[in-house]
Amino acid sequence: MSILVNKHTRVICQGITGKAGAFHTKGCKDYAPTMVGGVTPGKGGETVEGLPVFDTVAEAVEKTGANASMIFVPAAFTADAILEGVDAGLDVICAITEGVPVLDMVRVYDLVRRSNSVLIGPNCPGVITPGECKIGIMPGYIHRAGKVGIMSRSGTLTYEAVWQTTNLGLGQSTCVGLGGDPIVGTNFIDLFRHYQDDPQTEAILMIGEIGGTAEEEAAAYVKEHINKPVAAFIAGRTAPPGRRMGHAGAIISGGKGTAAEKDAALKDAGIEVADSPADMGQAVARAMARRRK
Amino acid sequence: MKIHEYQAKDLFRKAGVAVLKGRVAATPDEAAVAFSELGGPLAVVKSQIHAGGRGKGTTKENPQQRGVQLVRSADEAKKVAVNLLGKTLVTIQTGPEGKTVNRVFVEEGCKIARELYLGIVLDRAAAKPVLMVSSEGGVEIEKVAAETPQLIHKEHFDPHVGLLPYQVRKLCYKLGITGPSVANAERFMRALCRMYVQLDCSLVEINPLVVTEAGELVALDGKISFDDNALFRHKDLAELRDLSEEDPAEVRASNTGLSYVKLDGTIGCLVNGAGLAMSTMDIIKLHGGEPANFLDVGGGANEQQVTEAFRIILSDPQVKAVLVNIFGGIARCTTIASAIVAASKAVGFKVPLVVRLEGTEVEEGKKILRESGVKLITADDLTDAAKKVVAASN
Repeated sequence: MSILVNKHTRVICQGITGKAGAFHTKGCKDYAPTMVGGVTPGKGGETVEGLPVFDTVAEAVEKTGANASMIFVPAAFTADAILEGVDAGLDVICAITEGVPVLDMVRVYDLVRRSNSVLIGPNCPGVITPGECKIGIMPGYIHRAGKVGIMSRSGTLTYEAVWQTTNLGLGQSTCVGLGGDPIVGTNFIDLFRHYQDDPQTEAILMIGEIGGTAEEEAAAYVKEHINKPVAAFIAGRTAPPGRRMGHAGAIISGGKGTAAEKDAALKDAGIEVADSPADMGQAVARAMARRRK
Repeated sequence: MKIHEYQAKDLFRKAGVAVLKGRVAATPDEAAVAFSELGGPLAVVKSQIHAGGRGKGTTKENPQQRGVQLVRSADEAKKVAVNLLGKTLVTIQTGPEGKTVNRVFVEEGCKIARELYLGIVLDRAAAKPVLMVSSEGGVEIEKVAAETPQLIHKEHFDPHVGLLPYQVRKLCYKLGITGPSVANAERFMRALCRMYVQLDCSLVEINPLVVTEAGELVALDGKISFDDNALFRHKDLAELRDLSEEDPAEVRASNTGLSYVKLDGTIGCLVNGAGLAMSTMDIIKLHGGEPANFLDVGGGANEQQVTEAFRIILSDPQVKAVLVNIFGGIARCTTIASAIVAASKAVGFKVPLVVRLEGTEVEEGKKILRESGVKLITADDLTDAAKKVVAASN
């Protein structure tokens, strides 16, 4: 078991004929045989990496049985691509594209949330169930099938955590990069629900960062509803207020969204907090040894 | 992207949001002319910098001179402009170094009955923009939010539908705005919310928003920030950017596709990915050092970007050592290693360099560094890297 994606998932790439789309289609295809095609309007009938290209997502779904996609189209067209995926009834849509205008996400957010599709991102590395299915830009080889569900607002910091849990022999059930933007399709709480219900996931690692209140909300949820061991790390305790740290969402504004506030909420919920980014894997191990409830 | 008050008010006027008459001036003579053209018995001369607290702030050159001043003649407008233009204004938001005043805004006066606060921001939790108003205008709104949150009233709105009349009425009754002023508020607030959506704003703030003795709402101040990610569809707004308000190294970085924020420490950081870059700063601090910057070279970093990143980091005279922390994903360690070698030839490292590589093509990357003869300290993991760079900086 795992969450969101597995060896039965059939994935298409929206924007497959672009440079990034083609490159990562190859990466995902080389990792697991779950890539089945792609979409670029006006380029239907072509092939990329031996996979068929279609003009619309609906057609790709009809011809390949696809139920998931990864989006590499330019930022200006990402909201449209997301809704096209929703319209075609995809189960999982990963928007990798960064730089999407935030009001575009406001415009599509309610429609996506009311649909049966799960949107991951935008501005995210994607989703991977080690050994079964990779949708996104993460390096596959650092992962190892195992026990820990990892979710994060960051890309390379997730790789760091994955690598640590791999080296400790814990491995991962499914890793999800939620994305670094102020509004993303899926939040920590959504994934806590999935991880709680997944028998393969024995522990959960949440990697947050400064800005917003998503980690505080997640902590409150964990306190009430999660009985699996949970560890967490918050990036940005040295970030100055009012300055955007790369991610559009990573900013302390009006004195809100500091790492200290988030750490306090996490600890209050009984979550094992890593003080150092080098300690994320060990924090998971400590949480597992300690056991919740 | 932030803009100046006079630019914000121009956009307010175009959107149908009431503002007072005003003229921007870059010289004392222009300020005098502006006063005469406005034709009133008095006017207000306001420093134009990208920071708040101007009314209470003073210039470094003359601690008696505040950033905003009432004047009663063209001569006086000119005199105040002489005291402000080219001078450094220090406010609670600028930090002790202050900001240079390159322009003043000369604005007519009005008869104020009440001062309110109005702000529009994105509410991330609700995934919608929210209009906030408060009866406590003219003061620090963060303080109101912390001490008396019940005095801040909020209405979310959908970008497709906009703010609806009933929502304005709800806010008006809470603020004690009654009679003909309600219709006035409806025009004002709905136009502002429409503008927020049309121009892809990330923040609109009016503090104070005044109700005049005639019962009209007027934006006495104006602050707008735009969503940088949406500027591609607003070429005209992109032209309002004032580069003199920004850190030159940060401008240089953004032109190269790097994300860089200058900090006060002594350890330069070059990292791929925003989360890892923040964490690298954190772990340096944890081991007793102070980061000199945040720098994310991004996923697809090439040799030219990495070289420019080194140039920017090393242009900070405070930097005593540099830590390169790369977890190769899309970015390959070989690319970064070659770039370090090239950069060392082009830039020359006069301070110790600690390099930690992991991920895609790590062994080949380490080999490139070993065989290059570039003098550097290698680290095996994050903690090792942080300890070594802190030691090297001391």
